[in-house]
Amino acid sequence: MTVQLLQGNRASALGALAVGCRFFAGYPITPSSEIAEIMSRELPRLGGKFIQMEDEISSIAAVIGASVGGLKSMTATSGPGFSLMQENIGYAVVAEIPCVIVNVMRAGPSTGLPTSPSQGDVMQARWGTHGDHPSIALAPSSVTEAFDLTVAAFNFAEKLRMPVFVLMDEVVGHMRERVEIREVGPEDIINREMPTVPPEWYEPFGNPPSDVPPLAPFGEGYRYHITGLLHDARGFPTSRLDEIQPWVDRVFRKVERSRDEICMWEADGVEDARVLVVTYGATARSAQRALKVARARYGRKVGLLTLKTLWPFPEEVVAREAEHAQRVIVAEMNLGQIALEVERIVGRNKVLRVGRADGQIVTPDQIVDAMRAP
Amino acid sequence: MKRHDQGVYEYLRHHKRFPHLWCAGCGIGIVMGSILRSVQKLELEQDDVAVISGIGCTGRMPVYLDFNTMHTTHGRALAFATGLKLARPEMEIIVVMGDGDALAIGGNHFIHAARRNIDLTAIVVNNNIYGMTGGQSSPTTPLEASTATAPYGHVEQPFPICELAVAAGASYVARGTVYHVNELDKLVEGAIRKKGFAVVEAVSYCHTTFGRLNDRKAPVDNMRFLKESSVTVRAAEKQEADSLEGKIVRGVLRDEDLPEFTELYDEVIERAHGPVAPRKRKVRRGWV
Repeated sequence: MTVQLLQGNRASALGALAVGCRFFAGYPITPSSEIAEIMSRELPRLGGKFIQMEDEISSIAAVIGASVGGLKSMTATSGPGFSLMQENIGYAVVAEIPCVIVNVMRAGPSTGLPTSPSQGDVMQARWGTHGDHPSIALAPSSVTEAFDLTVAAFNFAEKLRMPVFVLMDEVVGHMRERVEIREVGPEDIINREMPTVPPEWYEPFGNPPSDVPPLAPFGEGYRYHITGLLHDARGFPTSRLDEIQPWVDRVFRKVERSRDEICMWEADGVEDARVLVVTYGATARSAQRALKVARARYGRKVGLLTLKTLWPFPEEVVAREAEHAQRVIVAEMNLGQIALEVERIVGRNKVLRVGRADGQIVTPDQIVDAMRAP
Repeated sequence: MKRHDQGVYEYLRHHKRFPHLWCAGCGIGIVMGSILRSVQKLELEQDDVAVISGIGCTGRMPVYLDFNTMHTTHGRALAFATGLKLARPEMEIIVVMGDGDALAIGGNHFIHAARRNIDLTAIVVNNNIYGMTGGQSSPTTPLEASTATAPYGHVEQPFPICELAVAAGASYVARGTVYHVNELDKLVEGAIRKKGFAVVEAVSYCHTTFGRLNDRKAPVDNMRFLKESSVTVRAAEKQEADSLEGKIVRGVLRDEDLPEFTELYDEVIERAHGPVAPRKRKVRRGWV
């Protein structure tokens, strides 16, 4: 473990390199550009490849192409670029190609407020691409977590063969703080499973007991077909219900089965809390301060639940921790995207939304005021 | 069975996905044959060949071919192929696209792949129309032609695919037609052989949609049109510019050896390892 002063974007890039990322394709956009800059410098030193593409659409396409070629691949962007990537994110879901997309969120919609912070892309990460599909999104609230959750994102992507999002916000992306960078050893790294059967038996989209079929890179003797059309076990387009339904079931099931592993959170003083704050990302830092103030100055019994995983939504932990609280405050830099989920779990009457979408961070005072509200 | 037919047979996923979905008389199968004969002539290993496509009638080609095949999103085939080529520079990657795929929704990727001069072979099957969606105007629909979305005549200028590729920096640019098959074989072979971005515009037709609205209903009418309205580069050089208007000029329009992207990137990797790499100590500190 080493102690350093680092920025969230850099920590994310270092995490990606440490877990074995060897391909980056991206398009410049503030506040994520540092990640591309670091990757352009570091990847060739490790024998990896960096390419600056002509837009975000082609960036994610190249990332998927390189992943098909066998490299762990990623891109980094912000809201406007994330919108452009949605088309091929859907492709990565259907073709089951592992990749990581870091979205350093800035205030939108459209060009919005470059480059003030926001957490406005939470629902875009869930439902941005068309059609029903599972989603995994992780939200770091510190620079250390930017490193750790990028490592985790690659591991989930490789293990489950799907795109995984790191939803950073501009505050965490650009914030510099003391971080403890841990050693990432072979035991911390998950690589995609390779086929062990002869090519003629290989089913790149089969239905193995693990629900995640092995993925052979192109060029190694397993000649198969990849398509964005719904397909059979061999990858060929099909419209047969008996082939489509098992596929749909499996891509949801593979995430559902790993829910316990994917869902990460931190709890502080939730056991006897009368007021529970649910938050994530940079807003968690404001909430930590608000908690101290409320406890010291007003003697309130307040608890904090910081979600590191936003999708799949950690329903069980929210339900459990909110059960005995009289009020649940959901603090976020949007007008209630995760609040919708919390309301779904604990009921609307209990939930108080503390949000803003004006490019400013939610302040500790806003949260304290909500804690003291009658 | 003759040797070249045998090769075509071996390269097909014939027991899996046939009959194909193209209309009887379509030119896309002829282009597919040219690609397969070229792969055979160059004695490429099937495992080393990838065929990537976008969306549309031409986009369906890879599913029939027993290579590493990927049917991507509309217009993005070259971007997917760029990532794959960087990950697997030793692979021979052939990208097949239609005119709408390559030049409308994928126009930006097309010119940038050419600018980068990355070692991909781009085959653009030009049928002047969006065939799969029912015959709407495409970026290569000729002025005055009738289409499903231009019932009163098309009032936009068509893109000259090859001239665009030359201007954007491709190493190898050629145009052939599905009538002149032996010539098309040679052009595709030259494109695959080329180290750098190579474009072959394979002029085809869509008798089902374009032909129906423009007095070329039968495949034979279209073949006759291709035969009569095209000239070779050599013949074109001897003619006046005015007499070439509306003519399809066939042959190799550009063939140059230019620095190729993946080879240049290998130099980047070498430079990055060098002792004078900028900011090396600063960045390395800590995590290694």
